[in-house]
Amino acid sequence: MARNLSENDLKPVAGGGLLDRRLLLKSGLVLATAQSVSTSVGADEVDPSDPPWQRKTGGPFTTYGTPSPFEKYVIRNIGGNRTPAGDGVSWTPLEDLEGIITPSGLHFERHHDGVPAIDPALHRLVIHGLVRQPLEFTVESLLRYPMQSRFLFIECGGNSNAGWHEEPIQRPVGAFHGLVSCSEWTGVPLAILLNEAGIDAGASWVIAEGADAGLLNVSLPLSKLVDDAMVALYQNGERIRPENGYPLRLIVPGWEGITSVKWLRRLHVTDTPSMTRNETAKYTELLPSGKARMFTFVMDAKSLITSPSPGQKMYGADTYEIRGLAWSGRGRIAKVDVSADGGKSWAEAHLQDPVLPQCFTRFRMPWAWNGKPAVLKSRATDETGYVQPEREVLVKERGRDGYFHYNAIVSWAVDEDGEITHVYA
Amino acid sequence: MSMPRHLALAIALAGAIGPARGDVAALKAPKLGTPLKPAEVSKWDRTIFPDGRGLPPGRGTAEEGRSLYAAKCASCHGARGEGATAEDLIGPPKPPTPDNPNKTIGAYWPFATTVFDFIARSMPPAAPGSLSGDEVYALTAFLLSANGVIKEDEVMTAATLPKVKMPNRDGFVWIDVEAK
Repeated sequence: MARNLSENDLKPVAGGGLLDRRLLLKSGLVLATAQSVSTSVGADEVDPSDPPWQRKTGGPFTTYGTPSPFEKYVIRNIGGNRTPAGDGVSWTPLEDLEGIITPSGLHFERHHDGVPAIDPALHRLVIHGLVRQPLEFTVESLLRYPMQSRFLFIECGGNSNAGWHEEPIQRPVGAFHGLVSCSEWTGVPLAILLNEAGIDAGASWVIAEGADAGLLNVSLPLSKLVDDAMVALYQNGERIRPENGYPLRLIVPGWEGITSVKWLRRLHVTDTPSMTRNETAKYTELLPSGKARMFTFVMDAKSLITSPSPGQKMYGADTYEIRGLAWSGRGRIAKVDVSADGGKSWAEAHLQDPVLPQCFTRFRMPWAWNGKPAVLKSRATDETGYVQPEREVLVKERGRDGYFHYNAIVSWAVDEDGEITHVYA
Repeated sequence: MSMPRHLALAIALAGAIGPARGDVAALKAPKLGTPLKPAEVSKWDRTIFPDGRGLPPGRGTAEEGRSLYAAKCASCHGARGEGATAEDLIGPPKPPTPDNPNKTIGAYWPFATTVFDFIARSMPPAAPGSLSGDEVYALTAFLLSANGVIKEDEVMTAATLPKVKMPNRDGFVWIDVEAK
């Protein structure tokens, strides 16, 4: 049970029992949380005050650590099209993670033709086209440039696309919204390399190409790349994992994931887009008018509640901590509102530091659940004033055939047994 | 090593100014890129533009492409391009509507050169880059013809392919960048 709560503390600030976010700053606060439904280890004979691992030398040193075997179910959920083999996705298990950094081994994957096994000694980055001097960089040479680090989310343009379905999909939140992850990316500001090649006056686009089997290519406006893109070499302190672009990944902050081209091999400076398959036939969104949105680069503000969420269970009336993530491709998250009565009333959640631009922001909200059915929602507002839309608003504007860029408010229904389901409400 | 904020700003500003970007040379960044000669660049350059720049020599017709399609594409895309483990490719050449949100090549793709580019660089997935220029022209011709965009006997080359007008050419609205 939640302890140290006075009657005043338990005074709701919005319908359904939402409490003042400042309550989370109260010392000694103990909150209940929704639990994953998991099997407990049957070890009746073990006395937790004197377990066997305290009575013998522990395991050996390891050259590279791995998670506890007890966490073996915290894994990427591999989905999508498995034939042909290299085309598909794996999802980050958002419901199992805390804080704002996604462990590198759990960063989502979207590959179009598998993960190339690149020998960094044989990898090159070529910059050419409308430049004074075409250049070729080795990976070793790029490691010698001035670097910068940024905490940034990367979200696939197709993330959350089940939201367009007529019926709400019932899956853990990560297997529905988990084509988004957040890392510390470190690398060379692209402007430095472009400047070294010398950009011609007439240049306005850059075609970026990866070294995977599909030579994935996309066209990007030069202005954005000069502004804040980087050629990343490190992810979360170590060299980028193969499935995330080793040895080089273009990082385009806040823009749909496909623009952050993995295994970057070539930047072609031009005056026009190439109109590649992945910016025409795909990653465009058909509207009810019959026209389609194109070059929808920015990932609009989005938030979702990771706890409680489908697959977890709440054990009785109590004061719980609602936990979630918010992010925006346009900048910082300004606020996250939470509702426990299906959107009739809202109250502002606590945003945990740090709150960084184009980065996951963790939000928390105390909630006195009375044990009766409730509908939880979260709604992000970013620093530009953009407000995450309700689903019916988004569907009315975009129709249901766009597939990409679904960022509507997510609703979870809690029933009297503490079971959680995804609903459209 | 992190970059001082004013340095980042200088780079961003220099980028906004245009041709004067050489001023950024004042940066203490090393210059470790190796200059490439035009012949070396052409080994790397795989870009194909809607106006035909980058298309290789070669030629192909739908008739030649039909058997190639059956041999190399049909197992994933279906014998008639109706889709199987991979997406559908062939449909009526009518732009999509809410009642028929068809995104097959003739209905949705705005540029014929995109078909050539994607086949040449990415297809078939198990052996990308294995098709000759003539074979890619033939497959492109077959798909355009099967979608009712060109006639069956039209020869596709670097000169003719960019001239093919796709039915949905004007079906797109640019969102996060200004259209020229």
